[in-house]
Amino acid sequence: MTTLTGVGVSPGVGFGPGYVLAYETPVPAPGARHGGDAGAERDRATRALEQVAADLEERGVRAGGEAQDILGAQALMARDPGLAAGVAGLIDAGKSAARAVYEAFGGYREMLVDAGGYLGERAADLDDVRDRAIAVIEGLPVPGLPSRAARPYVLIARDLAPADTALLSRDVVAAFVTEQGGPTSHTAILARAMGVPAVVACPGATSIAPGTPVLVDGVSGLVRPAPSEEEVATARNAASARDAVLAAATGPGMTADGHAVPLLANIGGPRDVDGALEHGAEGVGLYRTEFLFLDRTTAPSGEEQEAAYLEVLDAFPGGRVVVRTLDAGADKPLAFLPPQGEEPNPALGQRGLRLLRAHPEILSTQLAALARAAARSSAKLQVMAPMVATAEETAWYVATCKEAGLPSAGVMIEIPAAALRAADLAEEADFFSLGTNDLAQYAFAADRQVGALTALQDAWQPALLDLVALAVAGAVEHGKTCGVCGEAAGDPVLACVLTGLGVTSLSMAPPALPAVRAALSRHTREQCLLAARAAMAGTSPQEARAAARSHLPGLAGLAL
Amino acid sequence: MAERQVTVESEVGLHARPAATFVQTAAKAPLDVTVAKGGGQPVNAKSILAVLSLDVRKGDTVVIKAEGEGADEILDQLALIASAP
Repeated sequence: MTTLTGVGVSPGVGFGPGYVLAYETPVPAPGARHGGDAGAERDRATRALEQVAADLEERGVRAGGEAQDILGAQALMARDPGLAAGVAGLIDAGKSAARAVYEAFGGYREMLVDAGGYLGERAADLDDVRDRAIAVIEGLPVPGLPSRAARPYVLIARDLAPADTALLSRDVVAAFVTEQGGPTSHTAILARAMGVPAVVACPGATSIAPGTPVLVDGVSGLVRPAPSEEEVATARNAASARDAVLAAATGPGMTADGHAVPLLANIGGPRDVDGALEHGAEGVGLYRTEFLFLDRTTAPSGEEQEAAYLEVLDAFPGGRVVVRTLDAGADKPLAFLPPQGEEPNPALGQRGLRLLRAHPEILSTQLAALARAAARSSAKLQVMAPMVATAEETAWYVATCKEAGLPSAGVMIEIPAAALRAADLAEEADFFSLGTNDLAQYAFAADRQVGALTALQDAWQPALLDLVALAVAGAVEHGKTCGVCGEAAGDPVLACVLTGLGVTSLSMAPPALPAVRAALSRHTREQCLLAARAAMAGTSPQEARAAARSHLPGLAGLAL
Repeated sequence: MAERQVTVESEVGLHARPAATFVQTAAKAPLDVTVAKGGGQPVNAKSILAVLSLDVRKGDTVVIKAEGEGADEILDQLALIASAP
């Protein structure tokens, strides 16, 4: 069986026999009706829901910690008065208790799924409560997991309910693999809390035959059924070597010969600050501000914005915080603006700076709030605009920021036109930040959302490296800095190449920081430069990567 | 009808633990309690599913209402929970 790929959400390597959890509570038939005694049927439903609530609570108390909160919330769902009223109404209309429970949950489920995101992931919690209640009503066994095992097993499931996983421990589970779920699913949260490797969103996982030995890498997201002994040993050694080296690399980002490359964090709001600090970020290289604006019917007030900016600034006293002003558009619409109308190509539409120029009041409120927050903090605030194509746009944005009292205003380089004429833009802007993901999307005419085009999204594509080099050259010509804040910055090998290309700071998702810090610290600036030249001489991403690695001998010690 | 209008300060909004505490507190009151986001439709404050589906985020304003004996005390408690950071 071939290796499966998912998303690694809890680091580490796990190996053990696969335990495939493949149960599904049967859906009660749509026509299922009770015998006529609605009162007795209502009692059955009420008792079942209460039994489930009490069981969940009891498991929560035994598990403690985070799991107790999660299970407690599920118990509240089982005791929800709105749900109980819905069930009673359906039973009064003749439906069987099981069918009534199924339908009443269905209404809420749909609402959560439609909301998506955090609420969407709560649908799995609700499904679990529903299935447990139906199992009690129908007299079916409520499925459980072995809470003891001779050898820790790799738990594989379509999705896992916290009630299943809360009472497990590292002695029992070697790793979690689920077909569904995201980084904020309960499986991910509990796995991290337990210190057990986990991979989610791994299609095909439940087709692994029960008992098959499975190797799981919670960093790369790779799931390997029936690996050779050698593969297991290599993965384990690599993981422990990596852990040791990463733990040893601390302090600000710099090459072996002391060339400083500040390592910054990409964050989506104040809640990400803890993770950034934990991984040793020296500041913030990309503060996405969309969270303040999306999913709401009125624009956020200046005061609310100021508080959200200040909270992040205060976490980095004396450090640098780069805030990207609002990046919205047809694909991320704002409910408080008049509808933009259908755009056939939202990625090429009126988004980013283009939208802000059409609604300058939004930008001026945001810049004023940023200026007030900066005045109250010792952090060095910089602002930058998304989706900038021309020097004229750059000049307009920088002038607007200066009027608002913000001393440092830059632009993101994510449109090829901006990279091609980088020197013109650098004359106007105080700094550049390369958004490699969008830059690849626009340079290769390959939609980021289309899975079939991932190969064109590879940041090692030589054409993308050329655009990076052009942007850096433009910045250097005017004595400006040029950082990178895309996925590319978080690849430790590419981080060395970018440093060689003259990139001045690297900003990434916080968990990527330790590996990048370690890779940089093991190579001189000269080695990075040679690696960059070698990569640019390649004619394919594979060639570029291989050529760069041949100049970066320190990677071997990192097991990268 | 007594009411309180508060701004939600919790990082996670009225979700997760704050939502659970809010609903558990409301459920103890022997009177009807509703909560609405901004000027929206009020929902039963004793229903976790209804409260979650309001999708109240940090910075949103909620209006909590109750009527009858003890309404002010319960509203004060709920306002405190909703506005806790």
